[in-house]
Formats: sequence, structure tokens, C-alpha cells
Amino acid sequence: MTETLPDAAPLSFEDALEQFDPVLGFEVHVELNTATKMFSAAPNAFGDEPNTNVSPVCLGLPGALPVVNEKAVESAIRLGLALNCDIAESCRFARKQYFYPDTPKNWQTSQYDEPIAHDGWLDVELDDGEIFRVEIERAHMEEDAGKLTHQGGSGRIQGADSSLVDYNRAGVPLIEIVTKPIVGAGSRAPEIARAYVSAIRDVVKALDISDARMERGNVRCDANVSLMPKDGDAFGTRSETKNVNSMRAVEHAVTFEIRRHAGVLAAGGSIVQETRHWKEETRTTSSGRPKSDADDYRYFPEPDLVPIVSSPAWIEQLRTTLPEPPAERRRRLRESWGYSDAEFRDVVAAGLLDEIEETVGSGASPATARKWWMGEISRLANARDVEPTALGVQSATIIELAGLIDEGKINDKIARQVLEFHLDGEGSPAEIVSARGLEVVSDDGALTAAVEKAMAENPDVVEKVAAGKLKAIGALIGPVMKETQGQADAGKVREIVMEKLGVS
Amino acid sequence: MSEISRADVEHLAKLAHISMTDEELTTMAGELDVIVDSVKKVSEAVDADVPATSHPLPLTNVFRRDEVGEMLTAEQALSNAPDAEDGRFKVPAILDEE
Repeated sequence: MTETLPDAAPLSFEDALEQFDPVLGFEVHVELNTATKMFSAAPNAFGDEPNTNVSPVCLGLPGALPVVNEKAVESAIRLGLALNCDIAESCRFARKQYFYPDTPKNWQTSQYDEPIAHDGWLDVELDDGEIFRVEIERAHMEEDAGKLTHQGGSGRIQGADSSLVDYNRAGVPLIEIVTKPIVGAGSRAPEIARAYVSAIRDVVKALDISDARMERGNVRCDANVSLMPKDGDAFGTRSETKNVNSMRAVEHAVTFEIRRHAGVLAAGGSIVQETRHWKEETRTTSSGRPKSDADDYRYFPEPDLVPIVSSPAWIEQLRTTLPEPPAERRRRLRESWGYSDAEFRDVVAAGLLDEIEETVGSGASPATARKWWMGEISRLANARDVEPTALGVQSATIIELAGLIDEGKINDKIARQVLEFHLDGEGSPAEIVSARGLEVVSDDGALTAAVEKAMAENPDVVEKVAAGKLKAIGALIGPVMKETQGQADAGKVREIVMEKLGVS
Repeated sequence: MSEISRADVEHLAKLAHISMTDEELTTMAGELDVIVDSVKKVSEAVDADVPATSHPLPLTNVFRRDEVGEMLTAEQALSNAPDAEDGRFKVPAILDEE
């Protein structure tokens, strides 16, 4: 037997890529946002008290019979179509049997030889705009398992004395999307990994079939990595890193596994086919369990559920409900809004495409919509530790604020304050401006008085301006703003100063 | 003949968490072998192009609307549990995943 050399030091990423070509594969589990579970009418909800969203089916009680959730099937077909898959004319569920307390029936109801969708592809957009096509092997329906909390020891399973089980998540509808082996990624493998998971998330969000919150486990990724020698064409042994649950983690896990495999192979060892655990703190993986007898799941057709037949009429009806593919939509919006690549990337990264699109659709200019969403709204959200969308800012409010600025009634700074007052429930921007007397002071009397006071207090500045150094006027604007509580129009202040000193 | 070996039965018993004595394994291997042979006779009666039947009833697409229906309270859910804590089932730690 070949030495496995599990302790061989990882190579640098560059050295690894010089000797090997990475081959990737992903299994992404998507939790659906249906109201109820896959096979029972218990609620599909996150964060409730333990074991309050359960039915006899979720608990695997004797005699309990599953019934398929039609909406979950429709979601699976729509996702299959969005991933350019063929939809099976007929498919069945199967029992995947294993003993573990998170699955009280002692099997997971899944699909085996007849997935509902198969043979598709997804175009994934990389950071520089390049498109990489990922082939999809299959997408099948199954159910989630319950949640275990380990007691004693460190809180992890090692050293635990007992585990507590909450079955609220047991039976939540899942779709597992499996890629074909991804070859030719080269040094962009980690980036492609991240972009693929991101693209899947975009698709399920656009379809509105999942909340797609990775931090809640709505989208979970298992990443397979193997290496081929540069001069070879046979796939190497793969490792499967389980539950890499953020886009950044997927990128790092793939990077680390490429380096680790390369280290073992370059030292003359061989890779063990096993599951690996991702460790966020060290950005490394550790050995899980090797493939073993426990993986002998003895699948057989689920006798309690009849086959699902997808008629062409049903499929075509669901096809009409598909949203514009996210990548195409981004391209369209970028062109129509005229943002720079960097500006557009920031908007996408901030997850504010929908909001800006709606605000623009309501009549704001793309520049105004971006300014408010990426600027003050994001800042306030950050300060209040919520998502920008959670502030509930309406497009009409943004348009009203922009209008008040354009009319010269308030300046940018006041407008930002008005937004904050608005969020605190003080009414519409116009009401706030009027109630708080925030309108820019542009009536010449009050403003002139404030300017005169500032000039009297800053004779040195006045001297400079009089000598033609117009930039020095800036030093007078501060005191005027102070005098008028920030409500002066800076342009108007300049005008008055220049007029008084007879400079231009 | 003898398609089901003693080793097969031992393997299945392990997967199914059924403890069996040596004697039981040998007996079961013989009995299962007879059963498999009997079931095989079905293939003599049908052509090779007849698909395997998993569901004898001519029913498809039995669905439920996505509406919340009856469920159990946590108290009911836990009423048969040998042990429970904090509203959850308590089980011995099992070293497997994670």
C-alpha cells in the first residue's frame, strides 16, 4: 500500500498549480422557503422553540405517512429549468438508509436513480467579467435533517456525553444540486468555486424559492477537490470538504485542498478518499471519516410515495414563471444605468440591485438611486446593525429628498439628517423640513447678516479674498453654516462675499 | 445458488444494527437464499423490457397544497422520548459525523 503521508506540508498555491490541474465538483444543498415541510404540513420556519414545528411524519412515528408538498416540486422544476436542465418525465423518491439521531426515521427520503432534473449548465461570471460554464449533473429533491447540539466536552462531538435533538428542521425541503467534474479551472479554481456558489444563490433568490441566507444554512456547499498531473488525463482521488457555508470559505477551502493534495502527491503519497471538515479559524481542513460501510445506504424506491410525472404542459407553465437570468439582468442594468465597473460591482456586492432598480423605476436618476442606497442608507443601516433593506426606505422618499435638493430647499448634509428623522418616524421629508425649519437660508436678509458677522470676525480671511484669493472664501463658509445651523446654501454665501468685496 | 453468503448477512446485520449469533447468520443466509431464488422466478414470467415495478398502483402526483396543517406540541412530541432536556430529545452521543 502506498504511503498516504497525511502530514506532508502543503505546497504553495503557485507550486501546486505548476505541477497539477485541479478538478472541482460541488454539491450544493438549497433549503426551500415553502410554508410547510417536504412531506408534512408542519411549518418550515427558522428560529422557533425546539420541536414545536413537528408532525408525526417529521418524527418518524409508526404509521405516519408522507404526502408531497406540491410547491416544493414546482420549486424543484423551476430551479431545474433555471439551471438549463432536462426535467424528468417521471421520477421517484428513494430511501437513503442510515442510523443517526438527526434522522428519526432511520432513512432520509431523497432521490437516487431518478432525479427530477438532470444534465444542465450554469454560466458563472468571474470578477473580471469572464464567463465560465459549469455543467450540472443533476438536481434532486430531498429533506433536511434535525439539529443536534452536543453536550459535555467542548461542544463538538468529540468528548461529548450526549446530544440534544431538535426536529424543527427535519423534513424541510431541500434541493441538492450536483455538478459534473469541473476541469480547466486552473489557477482560477478558487475564484470559480466562489462564483459558482454565488451564482446558485443568485438563481434561487431570483426564483424566490429560498431565503438563500448562507449564515442560516439555507445554502450549504460540499466542495470536492482532486488533482490531475499536468501531463495526465486521469482524475485523482478526491476529498469532499463538508458544509463550507460562506462564499469566502468556499474559495479558501478549495485553495487549501489544492495545496494539501499537491503536498501529499509531490511527496510521493496518495490522497485518501474521505470527507474533510472546514476550519474557519485556521482556513484549513481536517480529516473527517473515510468512506466506509456506513456509506452503504441501500437505497430503494420509497413505497409510501407514488411517482411524480411532469407533463410538458406543467413544465411549460412553470417556465413562464422564470425570472430573467441574474447574469443577464446584471448586464442589462449595468448598461442602462451607466455605472462604472467598480461602481456596479460595489452595488452587487452590497446586494442592493433590487432596491436601486426599484428606485430608478420609480423615477429617480440612476446616480441619485446609487448615491442614497450606497451612501446614507447603507451608513445608517450599518450604524443600526441591520440590512439596508430592513430600514424600509421607500423609493418615493428618496425621490422626494432628491427633489428638495434640486429645488435648492435643502443641501446634501441636511438631506441626510432629514432621512434619519424620517426613519425615526417624523413624517415625510417635506414635512420634516417644514416642521423643523430646515429649509436652506437663502433669503438675503438673514444670510447677509450671517455673512457680515463672519467677515467681521475673520478680517484676515477677508483680506486674502479681497486680494483675489477666492479659495479663502471656504474659511468663511464654516462660520456662516454655524450661524445658520447648517442651513446656508454655500454657493449663495460665496456670491454674497464676492459681491461685498467686489471681486470675481 | 447460494447468492446470499454468510458474509452478506453479517454485513447487512451490521448496517441494520441487528445483533446476530453465528448460528443465526448461517441460518439466515440459507433462508434468504431461498427467498431470493423464489423472487427470481418472476423474471422468468416477464420479458426483459418490462420495467421493474416499484409502485403497483397506477397513481402519480399525489400532492398536498403548501398550507400549514396539524402538528404536535413540543410536549406531545417529547411524550414518548426516553429522555429529554430543554424541549429537546436527549440521546447518547454517537461518534460519526462532525
